[in-house]
Amino acid sequence: MVKRIKPFLWRYGPLLTTITIFILTYFIGSRMYPAMQKPQVFFNLFINNGSLLLVSIGMTLVILTGGIDLSVGGVLALTTAASAALLRDGASPAIVLPLMIVMGIGFGGLLGIIIQYLKVQPFIATLMGLFFARGMAYIISLTSVTITDSVYKKLALTPIYIPFFQKTYIYLPTLVAPIMLLVAIYLLFFTRFGRTIYAIGNNEQSALLMGLSVSRTKIGVYAFSGLCSALAGIVFSMSLLAGYGQFATGMELDAIASVVMGGTSLSGGVGNVIGTLFGVLINGTIVSILQFNGTLSSWWTRIGVGVLTLIAIGIQSLFHIRKNHS
Amino acid sequence: MKNISVLLKRFRESRLFWPVIAWVLILVFDAIVEPGFFELGIIDDPVYGKHLYGNLIDVFRNGAPLMLVAIGMTLVIATGGVDLSVGAVIAISAAMGAVLINPALGNELITNDILTKNATNTPLPLIILAGLAAGTLCGLWNGLLVSRARIQPMVATLILMVAGRGIAQLITNGQIMTIYYTPYFWFGNGYILGLPVSVYIVALVFVVAWVLVRRTSIGLFIESVGINSKSSFYSGINEKNVKLIAYAFCGFCAAIAGLILSSYVHSADGNNNGLNYELDAILAVVMGGTLMSGGRFSLLASVIGALVLWTFTVTIYTLGVPANALLAAKAVLVMLVIFLYSDYSRKWINRIFERKGSQHGEAN
Amino acid sequence: MTDAKDIVKMLGISKSFPGVVALDSVDFSLRRGEIHALMGENGAGKSTLIKVLTGVEQPDRGTIELDGKIVQVRSPQHSQELGISTVYQEVNLCTNISIAENIMLGREPRRFGSIHWRKMNELAQKAIDRLNIEVDVTQPLGNYSVAIQQMVAITRALEILSTRVLILDEPTSSLDIQETNLLFDVMRRLKSEGIGIIFITHFLDQVYQIADRITVLRNGRLVGTYDLCSLPRLELVAKMLGRSLTELDAMSKGKLGEEEKKGKQCLVEAKGLGRTGMLEPMDLELSANEVLGIAGLLGSGRTELAGLIFGIDAPDNGSLIVDGKKVSSFSPNESLKRGIALCPEDRKAAGVVGDLTIRENIILALQARNGWFKFLTMPKQNEIAEEYIRLLGIVTPSAEQLVKNLSGGNQQKVILARWLATNPKVLILDEPTRGIDVGAKAEIQKLVMQLAEEGKSCVFISSELEEVLRISHRVAVLRDRRKVAEYSSDVDDRTIIHTMAGEA
Repeated sequence: MVKRIKPFLWRYGPLLTTITIFILTYFIGSRMYPAMQKPQVFFNLFINNGSLLLVSIGMTLVILTGGIDLSVGGVLALTTAASAALLRDGASPAIVLPLMIVMGIGFGGLLGIIIQYLKVQPFIATLMGLFFARGMAYIISLTSVTITDSVYKKLALTPIYIPFFQKTYIYLPTLVAPIMLLVAIYLLFFTRFGRTIYAIGNNEQSALLMGLSVSRTKIGVYAFSGLCSALAGIVFSMSLLAGYGQFATGMELDAIASVVMGGTSLSGGVGNVIGTLFGVLINGTIVSILQFNGTLSSWWTRIGVGVLTLIAIGIQSLFHIRKNHS
Repeated sequence: MKNISVLLKRFRESRLFWPVIAWVLILVFDAIVEPGFFELGIIDDPVYGKHLYGNLIDVFRNGAPLMLVAIGMTLVIATGGVDLSVGAVIAISAAMGAVLINPALGNELITNDILTKNATNTPLPLIILAGLAAGTLCGLWNGLLVSRARIQPMVATLILMVAGRGIAQLITNGQIMTIYYTPYFWFGNGYILGLPVSVYIVALVFVVAWVLVRRTSIGLFIESVGINSKSSFYSGINEKNVKLIAYAFCGFCAAIAGLILSSYVHSADGNNNGLNYELDAILAVVMGGTLMSGGRFSLLASVIGALVLWTFTVTIYTLGVPANALLAAKAVLVMLVIFLYSDYSRKWINRIFERKGSQHGEAN
Repeated sequence: MTDAKDIVKMLGISKSFPGVVALDSVDFSLRRGEIHALMGENGAGKSTLIKVLTGVEQPDRGTIELDGKIVQVRSPQHSQELGISTVYQEVNLCTNISIAENIMLGREPRRFGSIHWRKMNELAQKAIDRLNIEVDVTQPLGNYSVAIQQMVAITRALEILSTRVLILDEPTSSLDIQETNLLFDVMRRLKSEGIGIIFITHFLDQVYQIADRITVLRNGRLVGTYDLCSLPRLELVAKMLGRSLTELDAMSKGKLGEEEKKGKQCLVEAKGLGRTGMLEPMDLELSANEVLGIAGLLGSGRTELAGLIFGIDAPDNGSLIVDGKKVSSFSPNESLKRGIALCPEDRKAAGVVGDLTIRENIILALQARNGWFKFLTMPKQNEIAEEYIRLLGIVTPSAEQLVKNLSGGNQQKVILARWLATNPKVLILDEPTRGIDVGAKAEIQKLVMQLAEEGKSCVFISSELEEVLRISHRVAVLRDRRKVAEYSSDVDDRTIIHTMAGEA
C-alpha cells in the first residue's frame, strides 16, 4: 500500500500541489475574514470566474499540444459586442446564441489552419487573431452596449438554489463552465482526439509516425478554444448584461497563468484541465480575499498571482528534475 | 553603375529590406492621402526654445519608447526567448521616478507650495540611475529564471508581467502619481538642436547596443546560441551568461522607455504605462526579420519595424479613421507580415527576382 | 533453413544524390523467419538501402519484390501497409501516454464512441505478453527504460499492422547487456513466428550472437552476403574495412614504435575515467609530441571518451588530470582554457552553426576562449579565416558564405579550422576525415603529424584503420565501450584487427 503511494505522488504531484495551494489560500482567507466562511463565497468563485474558467479550459487544450492562444480575450469581447449589437437590433437570442458559437468555432479553426498550413508560429498568429477580434469589437461599438433582452435578463438574474445549503445560489450561466469542464475531461480522457493532443504535445513527429491525424487535431484544439472563448463571451455578456470591446483585456494572460499554475507545461504533453480549474479558483480566491480586506488595493492581486505562479512553477520543476534523475 | 546594383542587391537580400519598404510605402501613402503629413515648421516654444514641429517629428518622438523596447527585445528573441514583462518594467521604472521625485504619497495634498518650489526629493541623476537599476534588475531576474532555473522564457517573463504591475502600484501606493518636477519633463518633451530629446536617447542607446553586440563578441554569441545552442556549447560559449545579459539589457531598455514615457505624460500610472508594449515590440522585432526561434538579428531592422508600427498607428489617426478601427487595421498589418515572411511567399519572391536577374544577364 | 522463401528481394538497387553515389547496384534478400544483420561503416549505404525499402526514398534503378511480387513502395505509410515496419534507435513513441495507448492508439477499442479503457488495456497486455515482458501497460511509457520502450515500439508495429518484415535500426546502442538479451529473446520469438528481421548494428559480438546471415556494404556497394556460421570474425572485419586478408599483411607499417615513449611530457592523464551507461572506466595518457590513435568500430565508445576528456559530460568514475592538476569542473569552456580542443564527430548537431558564415564559424571557439570583450577585430578575423581556408583547401567563393550551404566535406574542414585556430595543446579529432576527398585527407593527416612534431598531443579517432596506423605513435583499441588494448611498440595491423574483432 505504501509502495503504491510514492509513484502516485510523483505522477500527480503538480496537481496535488495546486490543490493544496488552493485549500491553503482559502483556509487562510477564511481564518482572516470570518465572513469568508459562508458557503456562498465558494459558489461566488464560480459565478465570478466563469468566463475565466471557460477561456482557461480552451487554453489548456491548446497548450497541451505545445501551442498557445492569445486571441481568447478578443474573441470574448467580440462575442459580447456582437451579441449586444444584434440583440439591440432586434435579433432573437435563439439566433444570436448559436451564431456566436459558430463564429467562435470558425474563428478558432481559421487560426488553426493558419498555424498548421502556413506554418506560422502560434504566438504570432493568435496575436493577430487577438488584434482582429478585438478590433472588430471596437468597430461594432466603441462604447458599451446594454443588453435589454428579456431572455438574457431572466438567465442573468434568476437564482438557482443549492440543495442542502442555506441561502446559497448560483445562476444558470454559472453552470456553463463546469459543464465544459466535464466535456473537456471527457475529450481528453475518452476520445482519440484527446489522446492525440497529449501525443502531439509530447512529440509531434512521433505522433505523425504513429499515424495519428496531427493536422486535424491541431486545428481542432484551436477551434475548441474559439468555442470556449465564445461561450465565455456569452456568459460574460449575460452577467454584465452588456457588450463592450474593452471587456477582458489581459484575460489571455490570466488564463495562461491559471493553466500553468494548474500543472500544465507550456511545452505541451503534460497537465490537465482539473489543475486549470484549481488555478482559476486560486486566482478567484485571492481576489475574494482582497475584496474582504477592503483596504488592500486590487494590484495586490497581481503580485499575489505572480508569486503563486512562481511557487507553482518552482515546485513543478522540482518534480521534473527528480523525474529525470530517477 | 555596377556598385549601385551591387548595393541594391545587398539591400534586397538584407534584413532591412521589408521593413524599409513597408515604411516607405506607408509614407508614400501618407504623402498621397494627406499631404499635410510631412509639413515641418519651426516653432519657438517658451519652455524648450526653437524646435521643429510637425507630424513626422511627433512620430519619432512618441515612437521612441517602442523603438527602445524593440532594441532590447531583439536580443532576447535572438537567443530564442521572449520577454513579456517589458510593459510591466516600463511601469516600474516610471513609478520609481515619480516616487523618488515626490514621495508625498497619497494622503498629502499637492499644495501650491510644492508646485511653485519645483523641487525634488532626490537629485535627478540619482532618479535616473534608480529607474535604470530597477529595470536592469528585473531583466536579471528574468535572465536567471531562464538561464539557471531553465524555466521557459514565456512562463518566466509572464510572472514578472503579471506581478510587475502590482509592484509598480506598490511603489506608488496605488496612486496615479503626477509629476511636477519640470527638469524631468525634458526627456520626453525637450529638444536639442531642434530635434526631440527622445530621438537622441534612442540613437544613444542604439549606438551603445550596437557597440555591445558588434564590437564585442556578445552579438556573435547571441546569434550562435539562438541558431544552434548545442554547437555553441561545444564551442566553449557560456550560453547561460549570454542569455542572462540579453534579458538584463532588455530590462535596461524598458527602464529607459519608462523614463521617457512618464516624462512625456508627466505621470506614472501602474496600470496603463507601457500597456501592450510587449506585443508591439515582439511584432516590431519579427517585422525586422528576426525569427522567433532565434539566430541572426538586426537592431536597425527592429527599430525600423517599430517605426513602421508607430507610423502606421499615427497614419490611421491622422486619416481620421475612428479610433475603434485601429486595432483591426493593426491585425491586417500583422496578417501581411505573416504572409510576407511565410515560406510560401519567400520562395515565390525569390523566384521572381531570380528570373529578373537572369533576364538582365547579371554576371556574378 | 527449412523454408528458404524470400519475403524481401531487392535487386540491383542504385541511388544517387547530387555529388554522391549512395548505392551502386546493391542486392539484398530477407528470408522468412530469419534474422539478417546489415553492417557497414558510416557512408556505406545502410541507411539509404533501408530508406529505399521503406519508401522514404525512391531508387534510381532496381526492383523490390515482396513475396515474389514486384512492388513500388511509395511512402513510409505505404510500406507499413505492405507489412514492413521500422523501429528506430530514437523510439518514435510518446512517453507521456500509457504503454497501452502507445500500442493501441489508432486502433483503440471503442464503446459508445469513447475509448474503452479496460478492453484496450487487456488487448495491450496480451500483445506485450507475446513478447514475454513484464510491464504495467497502464503506466506512462516514459516510466520505463529505452529498452522497454523499444519493445513497446516493436509491439505496436506487430499489433497495428500485419508486419512481416521488422527493421530494427541500431536498437542496442542505448541498451546494457541484460536489456540486449531481453531484446534478443523477443527477436528469437518473432523469428520463430516466421517474421523476417533486418538487424542494423555495428556491434560485432551481438551480430554473432543473434543473426543468421549478414550483408556487408562498403562505399555504396555490396561486399557480400554471408552465412554467419561460416564467416570468422576476422574475415568480417576485413571485409568491412575493405581489405582482403593478404592485403592486410602487405599494408605498410606506420609510425608505430618509431619513437619510444621515453621522456615525453604527459599533458593529460585519465585514471579510471568512465561514466555509467556511457563508458567503462579506463586509463589513458596523452603526451606531447605524439599522435595517439583510437581504433575501434563505430559505437565502441570513442566519441564518449572524447566527450569525457573535453568536458561535454562529467565522468562519475575516476579522474582526469590536466597539466598535473586534477580537473574538478567539466565544461567545454574550461577545457578550451586548459588548451584542450575537440573536433566532434557529429558536425551537424554539435559542430556547425549553419546560419553563421565560414569566418564566424572558424573564429567561434577562439573568440569563446577570449571571452566577451577581447573582440577579434574584423581584419584579424578575416586573416584567420583566409589562412585556414587556404590551409585546408575549403572550397568557397568567399569567407562570408553561410556554412549551411557548403558540402559536408567542406563543413568538416570549417569545424577543423575552428579548433586549429585555438592553437590547443591537446587536439582531439573525432572522425576528422569523414566525407573528405582523398587529397584533403592526406593533407589533414600530414597536418596532424606536423602538429605532433611541434609539441602538441593529438588524439586521432577514426574508423579507417589505415590512416590511424599511418600517423599514430600509439594506438588504443576500444571495443564495446571499454579499452581492450594499447599498442606502442611494433605491432602489425592484423593484430589490431584481431583485437577490434574480439579474437585473441
